[in-house]
Amino acid sequence: MSLLKMKAKFRLGKTAVISIPYTWMLLFFLVPFFIVLKISFAEQALAIPPFTSLLQEEEGVIRGLSLYFGNFSFIFTDELYAATYLSSLKVAFFTTVMCLLLGYPIAYAIARTDPARRNILLMLVMLPFWTSFLLRVYAWMGLLNENGLINNFLLSLGVISEPLHMFHTDFSLYLVMLYAYLPFMILPLYSHLVKMDVRLLEAAADLGAGPIKAFCAITLPLSKNGIIAGSMMVFIPAVGEFVIPELVGGTDTLMIGKVLWNEFFDNNNWPMAASVAIIMVLLLIVPIALLHRFETRELEGKGNV
Amino acid sequence: MYNGNKLSPFLKGVLVVGFLFLYIPIISLIVYSFNDSKLVTVWGGFSVKWYGSLFQNEQIISAVKLSIEIALASATAAVMLGTVAGFVLARFKRYTGSTLFAGMMTAPMVMPEVITGLSMLLLFISLEQFIGVPSERGFFTIWVGHTTLCMAYVSVVVRSRLLEIDKNLEDAAMDLGARPLKIFFVITLPLVSQAIASGFLLSITLSLDDLVTTAFLSGPGSTTLPQVIFSKVRLGLNPEINALAAITVLVVGVIVLVANYLMLNAQRKREQAIAAAMREAEPVPVAS
Repeated sequence: MSLLKMKAKFRLGKTAVISIPYTWMLLFFLVPFFIVLKISFAEQALAIPPFTSLLQEEEGVIRGLSLYFGNFSFIFTDELYAATYLSSLKVAFFTTVMCLLLGYPIAYAIARTDPARRNILLMLVMLPFWTSFLLRVYAWMGLLNENGLINNFLLSLGVISEPLHMFHTDFSLYLVMLYAYLPFMILPLYSHLVKMDVRLLEAAADLGAGPIKAFCAITLPLSKNGIIAGSMMVFIPAVGEFVIPELVGGTDTLMIGKVLWNEFFDNNNWPMAASVAIIMVLLLIVPIALLHRFETRELEGKGNV
Repeated sequence: MYNGNKLSPFLKGVLVVGFLFLYIPIISLIVYSFNDSKLVTVWGGFSVKWYGSLFQNEQIISAVKLSIEIALASATAAVMLGTVAGFVLARFKRYTGSTLFAGMMTAPMVMPEVITGLSMLLLFISLEQFIGVPSERGFFTIWVGHTTLCMAYVSVVVRSRLLEIDKNLEDAAMDLGARPLKIFFVITLPLVSQAIASGFLLSITLSLDDLVTTAFLSGPGSTTLPQVIFSKVRLGLNPEINALAAITVLVVGVIVLVANYLMLNAQRKREQAIAAAMREAEPVPVAS
């Protein structure tokens, strides 16, 4: 076989290999977004499926296109929607900050433990992540309840004389969000911190830098990519979180994931749910691009490690 | 960044607080699954009766069965597609649409599930309108959803392993005249087998646990375990769910421990083999 022929065959094989997962993701991940976009311009209707067609047909001939902007104009004019998007962004932002404040020292401590024990500690962080998310959220229902374990415990100690109202409040929402998303922050941070050359810190100490100065001048900048990756891993899914606000959040907690769910399952308003989803995707495009950029950099060794 | 010193008291304290925070809820779930009282959080004596009633609950048993079937089917497909995707991401640079592909493999892991669930459902509805399949929502649609989600995770695990291993091995085989397909199956695949195994386990747990995407993609006859759990805990605490949680934690814990032990062992053996090979390869000093 000539070299040219071999090269051509190799390229054909390469294209075939790429096209298998590529086609799957195009069909089942990317194309659906365009269908969501299409249906966001439809109107709710009493039909199966419950929305109008965008194409106006008469006797099988397409007469024109009818786009319905009502869903979007409703979202933009109704104050409740604006408040809900803002509140979702706020909850996701503070969840990210809390995860960072607690997750950073944990990841740092694990990275500085001796290598023999590191694996065990890391596995202990992973283990809750492997057990059911839903059951871990449920566990907090038993702890935070009016007659739950925390209240029972505090009452028996005599610290409080009547049960604290924690369940179905902002407090319980943030606490469980922190709990559920913490491993997503710890793992990327750890993988950056563990690669850091500790001799840099020794050099800084030799040159007279105190631990806080050394941390701010060396450790923090070197873990920047980890901080960004971890924060995006928490922030993006947190914006659309449904289960936690539904099970432990307050009745007046506004979360866009909950609104989308209710529009779809309770109101059967699929076009509205689609419009809500489209705006959420637009809000999340920048964070997703950020995550993607830093993740790729990290994996391909272009990070500043 | 281990520096040989002991951890400072502050870092030790952080670790203790962090792990207490992670584990107290899980431990309390297990302890109170042995509570005789129907009021889950008020101790009424030791009992295993909720485990008994759990195993007689036919709704839960059939949901467990369906969930396990879906998990095995999705994890199998996800491992096959995800391994190829991870290979493409790690080994092929700059082909038409490479940026789009990398983006599509990252996004499912973080995209809020209400969005992926809704968009896939609308895809299936459109497909049904135009080509007639799938005619209903159920096993197949859930399987597609879970496979898409899980293969993204598998591809990340496989890709990072491929970027770690020595590409020279593949190049050497190529120089020796092996065909690309043969190289993949004889050299590359065995080197990433561990990553594939953990990708498979990860896919199983992701699939078994998925509620939101499944809710959009399931039909009347296909209720998975998370859906049953969700419908029950929405109404409040439920002692049977505590028993179910305790069993889940036990099963997952044992599997993770065993898998971790096996992987560390395999890694140690490989390192020993490499060290032994290196010793043998060293030039032997000639006597006298």
